[in-house]
Amino acid sequence: MTAEELAKVAEEAIKYRKEELGVKTEVKYEEVRIYTDEELKNYTDEDIKAFKCKHDIPDLLELEKGPWPSFVSDAIREAVHRRNLPDDKVLMAKDCVEDLLGQLQLSYIDKETHWKHGGIVGVFGYGGGVIGRYSDAQEKFPGIWAFHTLRINQPASKFYTTDYLRALCDIWEYRGSGLMNVHGSTGDIVCLGTVTEQLEPMFFDLTHDLGVDLGGSGSNLRTPSCCMGKALCEFAMFDTQDMCYELTMHYQDELHRPAFPYKFKFKFDGCPNCCVASIARADMSYIGTWRDEIRIDQEAVRAYVAGEIPPNAGAHAGREWGKFDIQREVIDLCPSKCMEWDGKVLKIDNKECVRCMHCINVMPRALRVGEDTGISILFGAKAPILEGAQMSLLTIPFMKSERPYDNVKELVDKVWEWWMEEGKNRERLGELIQRFSLQKFLEVIGVPPMPQMIKEPRSNPYVFWKEEEVPGGWERTIEEYRKRHPR
Amino acid sequence: MSLGKLGYYNPDKPMENRITDIGPPHYYVMFPPVIKKNYGKWLYHEIVETGIIKRVSETGDTIWVIRCGAPRFMSVEHVREICDIADKYCDGYVRFTTRNAIEFIVTSEDKMKALRDDLMSRKHVGGSYKFPIGGTGAGITGIVHTQGWIHCHTPATDASGMVKSVADDLFEYFRDMKLPAKLRVSMACCLNMCGAVHCSDIAMLGYHRKPPIVDDEWIDKLCELPLVVAACPTGAVSLGKTESGLPTVKIKKDRCMFCGNCYTMCQCTPLADKEGDGVVILAGGKISNRISPPKFSKVVVPYLPNEPPRWPSVVKTVRQIVEAYARDARKYERLGDWAERIGWERFFEKTGLPFTEKSIDDYRLAYDTYRTTTQFKYTEHAWAVSKAVGGI
Ligand code: SF4
Ligand code: SF4
Ligand code: SF4
Ligand code: SF4
Repeated sequence: MTAEELAKVAEEAIKYRKEELGVKTEVKYEEVRIYTDEELKNYTDEDIKAFKCKHDIPDLLELEKGPWPSFVSDAIREAVHRRNLPDDKVLMAKDCVEDLLGQLQLSYIDKETHWKHGGIVGVFGYGGGVIGRYSDAQEKFPGIWAFHTLRINQPASKFYTTDYLRALCDIWEYRGSGLMNVHGSTGDIVCLGTVTEQLEPMFFDLTHDLGVDLGGSGSNLRTPSCCMGKALCEFAMFDTQDMCYELTMHYQDELHRPAFPYKFKFKFDGCPNCCVASIARADMSYIGTWRDEIRIDQEAVRAYVAGEIPPNAGAHAGREWGKFDIQREVIDLCPSKCMEWDGKVLKIDNKECVRCMHCINVMPRALRVGEDTGISILFGAKAPILEGAQMSLLTIPFMKSERPYDNVKELVDKVWEWWMEEGKNRERLGELIQRFSLQKFLEVIGVPPMPQMIKEPRSNPYVFWKEEEVPGGWERTIEEYRKRHPR
Repeated sequence: MSLGKLGYYNPDKPMENRITDIGPPHYYVMFPPVIKKNYGKWLYHEIVETGIIKRVSETGDTIWVIRCGAPRFMSVEHVREICDIADKYCDGYVRFTTRNAIEFIVTSEDKMKALRDDLMSRKHVGGSYKFPIGGTGAGITGIVHTQGWIHCHTPATDASGMVKSVADDLFEYFRDMKLPAKLRVSMACCLNMCGAVHCSDIAMLGYHRKPPIVDDEWIDKLCELPLVVAACPTGAVSLGKTESGLPTVKIKKDRCMFCGNCYTMCQCTPLADKEGDGVVILAGGKISNRISPPKFSKVVVPYLPNEPPRWPSVVKTVRQIVEAYARDARKYERLGDWAERIGWERFFEKTGLPFTEKSIDDYRLAYDTYRTTTQFKYTEHAWAVSKAVGGI
């Protein structure tokens, strides 16, 4: 989509949110803030210096040293801030951050976690988005006896207005610990630590005041995520944000109400550089690609060769690597050896190009991805649990990515139908494909086999021929056989 | 704004005014005007200094994106400070990256310089930077990680503390772009691996080494025994009876590979242990399709002890790998590509990491990783074998 088309699409989607879903689409901090300016600025650096945590935390204080931002220093600042807030302005234990630090210190001594196996808690009607957590040292650390997590669905590619973030901060400091992960690995903002009775009020605040929903957890669709795409990146070949948003909205039921054998992830990468790791992490990875030709600006290629533009956008500036050598640095490294440079003109045999992005990454001002763009779809990635790690396998080479993405949704529905029918408890899609076979999976989604699906043909001939594939079928009698071959 | 214990929620009428299934806020509302205007129109980018990316659009607009490292675990006070900065310089917009960096976008070079200086001047009272700029190009980004002892029930190590220690040590590679290619370091505190650590240039992974202890008295009351049995990928768990006749499960200890899957299913089979738990180091993975296909990370150090608060053995080992790579790899070569080019025997030689039998696969499909060619390089490892059979 162009910027202009996107503006229209967005306008409609936002209108739908407002009018059909009845939610707030723009957050104004002043309208929802909980704390006054005085309450927010209620401490000084001197207070932090003078702070003594209610527990001894010598090991954690070690972690204040060194240049990398210290999570301990940050937590201490939050502890000071909470101490100075009026009692009626925090509903979760005021000293919960101090108790958390205390328990972490205990873990540093014991070298074991002190969190219990999660209990089942949640908000009404949802089976995900909240993860129960209880301390096993509640007597020592009463402020964190219960410390549940809420996953807050991030806006696609994680742009935020400060109004929205400030409002979230106020709500979370008021109803929870004020600690969070920005962001969790799947993509949500993860609010860490509140008690059961605050879950529903939190959920009401989030949906009413921020217009945001919980993310996924458990055996359901996990919160989809995408790269920054066309918003910031010249390599993006489809509308990653829009596709991510559209599929997230279309599959809200699957996201909130677990009905799957196990988790399922969608991730959207605008190009094969794969910034959101879709190929390693998503059961269904959407990766931008093109099918026409790399656009070449020969003038700019020569400028790179002449040393007028730093290669790879200046990514190697910290070290003296010598003069840019297009032969060594680009032509020779092309995995399909489909490029030629004669000193003046760069040639690419585009039909042999495997679109690895290398040459484009090295000379972004001279080379641009093609204009006839779409997505490749790969299936089945997962971390090692249970049967070992798997990467997504190339299944759909090219598909146009166009709103409202009906072709993609159809595919998703087919895959899920099969997985929900055949998948065992805690079996990811990739494992199911492995247990049945890629052939079976292709039958399910209705696509023919192609050599691009494999690295190489099998080396064993143990083919599971089907009866109907063999002339005459499998029904034979030993009598007939013996007529030809006496015993 | 909703105040009071219950806020908008009415427990007597829980369905009243309940809003559900609304998904995330629409992304477009969160785009700064310059992004809305230049969506899909970006022509090229250039890293003007480490951590600062200039992006040029076909409309003639130019933006500067300043990338700052952040611990992903942060307080609302930290987020509010980010908002203060974004209000001052970026008209109230900010974004975060997949690898937990903070990105501030400005529209003039002057603002970029002022913001850069401002960010680098902000320090915690404890001394560390609040918003160090870096993580672009041929360097390391922030280390993505999981929850660890701060908030999870299955970890074999802490995440935030180890990551802080390693990030402190590798800070020079975050602030500069002096590596042969980008280097992605990731951390997960158990085999569940919330995060893509299995395809990272360097991965740190928490691992148990003692089989589960069975809470015989309680397991039948709290867990579904057949599910626990089914959870075990190696078939190490079977149904059994306690001496007093209670149903329980038995663990064949020598078949356990300490994945913790039984514990995920059932709280009565804990694995965590002070001496048993520690860290595995894996290396040579990647997720990008650039030049070579994505790769898994490989086990190069099977175990390092948990040494809070600073994990010196982990820090030292990671540095050893990074330095050998920095010295030896060619421009654009990712760590895994380098190891493959020089051969894994050379990798162990050049990094100085001891090669142990634990790096030889003995799980399913192990044979796929065995070498079946006469192509190899001579290293001390090879001479040791020759000697062992009296060959030399
Ligand atoms: S995946 Fe490709 S399109 Fe997306 S941000 Fe990364 S480089 Fe850009
Ligand atoms: S994209 Fe990769 S395969 Fe295609 S021409 Fe460039 S370097 Fe070669
Ligand atoms: S990696 Fe394992 S221990 Fe760490 S947060 Fe994830 S599930 Fe918990
Ligand atoms: S830790 Fe893993 S291998 Fe060991 S008994 Fe439990 S499920 Fe089986």
